[in-house]
Amino acid sequence: MVENRRWLTVFSHVILLLGVLIVVFPVWVTFVGSTHSLPEIRSAPMSLIPGSSLLENYAEALSTGGRTSGATPVADMLINSTVMALAIAIGKIVISIVSAFAIVYFRFPFRMLFFWMIFVTLMLPVEVRILPTFEVVAGLGLLDTYAGLTIPIIASATATFLFRQFFLTIPDELTEAARIDGAGPIRFFIDIVLPLSRTNIAALFVILFIYGWNQYLWPLLITDDLQTIVVGIRRLLTVGETEVQWNIVMATAILAILPPVVVVLAMQRWFVKGLVDSEK
Amino acid sequence: MATVDLNDVRKTYPGAREETIKGISCSIADGEFVVMVGPSGCGKSTLLRMVAGLERITAGTVAIDGEVVNDKEPKDRDIAMVFQNYALYPHMTVFKNMAYGLKIAGMSRAEIDRRVKDAARILQLDELLERRPRQLSGGQRQRVAMGRAIVREPRVFLFDEPLSNLDAKLRVQMRVEIKKLQRAIGTTSLYVTHDQVEAMTMADRIIVMNAGVAEQIGAPLEVYENPASLFVAGFIGSPAMNFLKARVDADGAHAVVGGAHKLASPRARDFANRPVVAGIRPEHLALATDVDRSAERAIPVQVELTEALGADSLIHGRIQNSGDEILARLPGVVRLAQGDTIDLAIAPGELHLFDETSGRNIGLADGA
Repeated sequence: MVENRRWLTVFSHVILLLGVLIVVFPVWVTFVGSTHSLPEIRSAPMSLIPGSSLLENYAEALSTGGRTSGATPVADMLINSTVMALAIAIGKIVISIVSAFAIVYFRFPFRMLFFWMIFVTLMLPVEVRILPTFEVVAGLGLLDTYAGLTIPIIASATATFLFRQFFLTIPDELTEAARIDGAGPIRFFIDIVLPLSRTNIAALFVILFIYGWNQYLWPLLITDDLQTIVVGIRRLLTVGETEVQWNIVMATAILAILPPVVVVLAMQRWFVKGLVDSEK
Repeated sequence: MATVDLNDVRKTYPGAREETIKGISCSIADGEFVVMVGPSGCGKSTLLRMVAGLERITAGTVAIDGEVVNDKEPKDRDIAMVFQNYALYPHMTVFKNMAYGLKIAGMSRAEIDRRVKDAARILQLDELLERRPRQLSGGQRQRVAMGRAIVREPRVFLFDEPLSNLDAKLRVQMRVEIKKLQRAIGTTSLYVTHDQVEAMTMADRIIVMNAGVAEQIGAPLEVYENPASLFVAGFIGSPAMNFLKARVDADGAHAVVGGAHKLASPRARDFANRPVVAGIRPEHLALATDVDRSAERAIPVQVELTEALGADSLIHGRIQNSGDEILARLPGVVRLAQGDTIDLAIAPGELHLFDETSGRNIGLADGA
């Protein structure tokens, strides 16, 4: 908008502030909750000013977890979640960039058939194929393992498709220049394609890390001891007869939010770059 | 340093019904600069890419230094290519762009360093070695692309319309630079362009291509002075040659244009009383003198428009009593008004006659 109207500016800022408030307020309440002791948090109305038990709450959450709900230390859950999210993000990127490279740069029999087979899996996310997948993973004895947790989720076509679209925009002349320079397929991949894909890889990593971190249904189904934090929060609430330790739940929730935030902030510059320009 | 021999080279794209290249033969001498010129889609780039090894050769052979390279990978042909869009690696510095091929070839670091620095000095890129392509201007990128070709010290340079992305002024400048450079290094070069001025100024020899066929192969002035066909005559030279409907007189030594104007012409006995196409270059027309009139070299023309370019003037007119359009390029400023009738004289020996059906230059066919 080039127009410069005072009321329009005020109005749009009010809308923006409202939006920020709606997003930030629950996070604030969660944070404040994680700083109170249990009696404080249960007194209604709960104070919206941070209390004094921040360190105790987080220490307890990290080391022992909720006493009343199975007591899995949150530190363990964080490790499990991190391993899962990293494996899914890296696994997906590695597999899809290599398969996209094959599909774009090589002429092999049934090339388009393979492409469409990969493409069709877009229609089959984990939720749709969850029962047969569970059966397979159980049959392979992979229940409650990292492999069982990540491999079924790694197999998907989204990233392959994105990389394929990106490779198609790399000018043919660049490929030909590399051929004349004597670069074979592997060299071309490592020296030219990978560096050019940097920003795309970074953007995809952020998206896929969060996607992996937020997995709920699949880990819920196949893990028992190997709890991830997103599933763990849910379990903190199933306490039977005893009372929920809300302060610990809130601390756990904050801890669950942090790693994705860190990843987004750390890769923010790359992420934005990857979405807006492809460096050519 | 090498010779390049094309022997009846043909190309048919898979699934295409017609040949893209319909059998081209040409021997290029060591150190020669050969320009392939033609309109877009004539197959000139395809031919170059077949020499480079980027396109398969359907039939015929391409030999470099006498050795047939049909089945060799581009990297094994010892060639270097400069692309239209430069095709620089966007993520590498200028130095790395030029060094990449050498690095793959397994050359020692000291040798790479020496070659790249030498090339950078020749091309005045010394200051830019640590820059990325995107930080360079079009002309600088073009020079880096040249540098990447030079450092390989290949047997043959291949240029695929390297100047067509530059603005007019820079194009003239780079044209001279490339030509000088090639002369200094003495590497055999094949150069593709659609710009006949580039072809005329840079080439030792020109291959004029049309629809997959080499219409004429020869030195620039030879092609200009004795175009082998209507196509070549119309393509080479600017402004383009005038083509007039004509009939060869009964004596076979005169052509009648505009229905009534008899002109002395090359001998064409076989074509006596038959229609032909007469070709006259605009720059070979002048205001006629009495000598011209008596030598049967003058055509009466009614002026329609004059364009003064300063150094010379373009006169657009129609031949009297026929309506055939004709363009003349006269030196200096010529003041003529619309409707004026003038006599234009053709310089001696500059009237070309072409066979109407085959497009062949009749004068050349007679061995003139």
